[in-house]
Amino acid sequence: MKAVRIFVPRDAAARSMGADDTARAVLDEAKRRGIEVQLVRNGSRGMLWLEPFVEVESDGKRYGYGPVQASQVSDLFDNGFCEPANAASRAHALAHGLTGEMPYFKRQERLTFARVGIIDPVSIEDYIAHGGYAGLKAALAMQPAQIVESVSASGLRGRGGAAFPAGIKWKTVLGAAGDQKYIVCNADEGDSGTFSDRMLMEGDPLTLVEGMTIAGIATGATRGYIYLRWEYPDAHRALEAAIGAAYAAHYLGDNIQGSGKRFDLEVRLGAGAYICGEETSLLESLEGKRGQVRFKPPLPALAGLFGKPTVINNVITFASVPIILERGAPFYQHFGMGRSRGTLPMQLAGNIKQGGLVEVAFGMTLRELLYDFGGGSLSGRPIRAVQVGGPLGAYMPESQFDTPLDYEAFAAIKAMLGHGGVVVFDDTVDMAAQARYAMEFCAIESCGKCTPCRIGSTRGVEVIDRLISGNNAAAQEVLLRDLCETLTYGSLCALGGLTPFPVLSALNHFPEDFVKTSSARASA
Amino acid sequence: MNTTSTRRVIPIQAEPPDALRGTERTRVLEACALLKDRPGALLPILHAVQDAIGFVPSEAVQLIASELNLSRAEVHGVVTFYHYFRTRRGGRHVVHLCRAEACQALGAAALEAHAKKTLGIDFHATSSDGAVTLEPVYCLGNCALGPALMIDTELKGRVSAGRFDELMASLRAKLS
Repeated sequence: MKAVRIFVPRDAAARSMGADDTARAVLDEAKRRGIEVQLVRNGSRGMLWLEPFVEVESDGKRYGYGPVQASQVSDLFDNGFCEPANAASRAHALAHGLTGEMPYFKRQERLTFARVGIIDPVSIEDYIAHGGYAGLKAALAMQPAQIVESVSASGLRGRGGAAFPAGIKWKTVLGAAGDQKYIVCNADEGDSGTFSDRMLMEGDPLTLVEGMTIAGIATGATRGYIYLRWEYPDAHRALEAAIGAAYAAHYLGDNIQGSGKRFDLEVRLGAGAYICGEETSLLESLEGKRGQVRFKPPLPALAGLFGKPTVINNVITFASVPIILERGAPFYQHFGMGRSRGTLPMQLAGNIKQGGLVEVAFGMTLRELLYDFGGGSLSGRPIRAVQVGGPLGAYMPESQFDTPLDYEAFAAIKAMLGHGGVVVFDDTVDMAAQARYAMEFCAIESCGKCTPCRIGSTRGVEVIDRLISGNNAAAQEVLLRDLCETLTYGSLCALGGLTPFPVLSALNHFPEDFVKTSSARASA
Repeated sequence: MNTTSTRRVIPIQAEPPDALRGTERTRVLEACALLKDRPGALLPILHAVQDAIGFVPSEAVQLIASELNLSRAEVHGVVTFYHYFRTRRGGRHVVHLCRAEACQALGAAALEAHAKKTLGIDFHATSSDGAVTLEPVYCLGNCALGPALMIDTELKGRVSAGRFDELMASLRAKLS
């Protein structure tokens, strides 16, 4: 009998719920029963509430079980685990049937995450067998300007949060003179509620390597760096393995697939500074300095890393490039709405029943995401607020849940789609505490360059404390709004500039939470 | 203004950087030798030093500076800018507890209070038995399975107060 292929994710989120123990139990139990199994440690399918999510392959189809703890493995084997299509197996309480038919998964449009959860992330053979390096192959047959034109025509915008058109950055670097140019990947995914970069780097790291290689060939850059946050040790291991495999197979190095093109790639670790997710701070950090924000201009595209022309994009941006080159710009451009083209991997987080990764075309509403995918709150209580776009994103009340996922639609209501993280809070949340935390976070993470951010954030915590204690509340609110304006207009980068988003959205949409004591109510 | 007064000249002396001794000195020099020719070598070197010794001793600053031809101020500035680098020896395990919004939505503040109370320490401190150093962290990327924490490099999800106690007990059991 042929070995049964069983998939247990190696994704850090799955491991955080016991996937390693589950994998060990699967091997032990199979051995005990004399069943030959081939265990594949894949990435996560993104249905994180079901982790560890185990799949068994039968006739080329994969059947899902989850969440499977090590102690439940024996029972699964007793009930026809290795013949997942049989009635007994399908009736098991942990069985979910064909993974591809599960509504959460089936309703998605997976382009960037097409291979995540499917393949063995550290096998370059598996990667190529699933369409990997088709984009690079196409790129090697094109002129650099044609590659850049493809990326521009696809409408791809920076997925890190700022949504700047990727093609414009690439074109600027292509046109810039320089003896050395660089490709830098911003993998310092620090926004709370986001984990798409992590999942991609752990589940399909070669897609990122391929995207960066294409960027190098398109712009004439021969050296690349992935600036990865230290908080992602699993992603670090996966990237190192992927880069090693790519060098061994001549997809990196001085003669990529015999083309005569050169591209070298290295991972560098951050050291726990949120600000280094800001591109100019990141470049300073890569140069071995304090991660302090730079003035712009000059743009990094002209004077970036070590003063040389540099393409700096987020993980998901680079990872979206291979499919654009493989399938063509019109294919990618066809997805989405308005000026937001393609797909965005949204991440459902916080107090949500079915948290995970949902890659969909732009245009779906927040409400569909929260209820159709997320299934409402984990606690079962009403959802009161969601914060979209990380710690600098606005808190949105229920009345704004019909906003479509679109950069412009969010900007129009003073909110931000950012990196696609959605953090859900139920009705026990204290929005004044969330506003205070936003200021506190800004104070902890400020690089110190701009005074409004460095000092204003600490003053902001104090003003909010006085406001909620009812100490001359009306005057404190005026002061807080004034301080927020100073932060908005007096900061170089988004940390100081956008901290007012969560603060003011909490104050504007949930003013009742700022009036706590009876004296405060009297003066309000 | 009296421009003729004699100025006191402080000669630049190459101080022999010998404040760090023993194996720690060897480790720092090894890290420098391995990495110093890379562009922007300081962060990789500090990571290597912390990986090898467990922290970045303040006496290492001068040595690293002289190896990289940087000023002590530059190296000190970098060490102190980044939250991850520690200048004091930690416990046998470092527990990074997530304080960010997604974990807050599932009770991270209560878990933080529980952790501090049961370990008897605040953030950045080490439990009296030397087993655990508690550090805050702002997002571990486990936002759909909060509250989250990381023990050394192992991520944990859905950490209730009870699960926290179990995890700490297993850490201590490993030591004895």
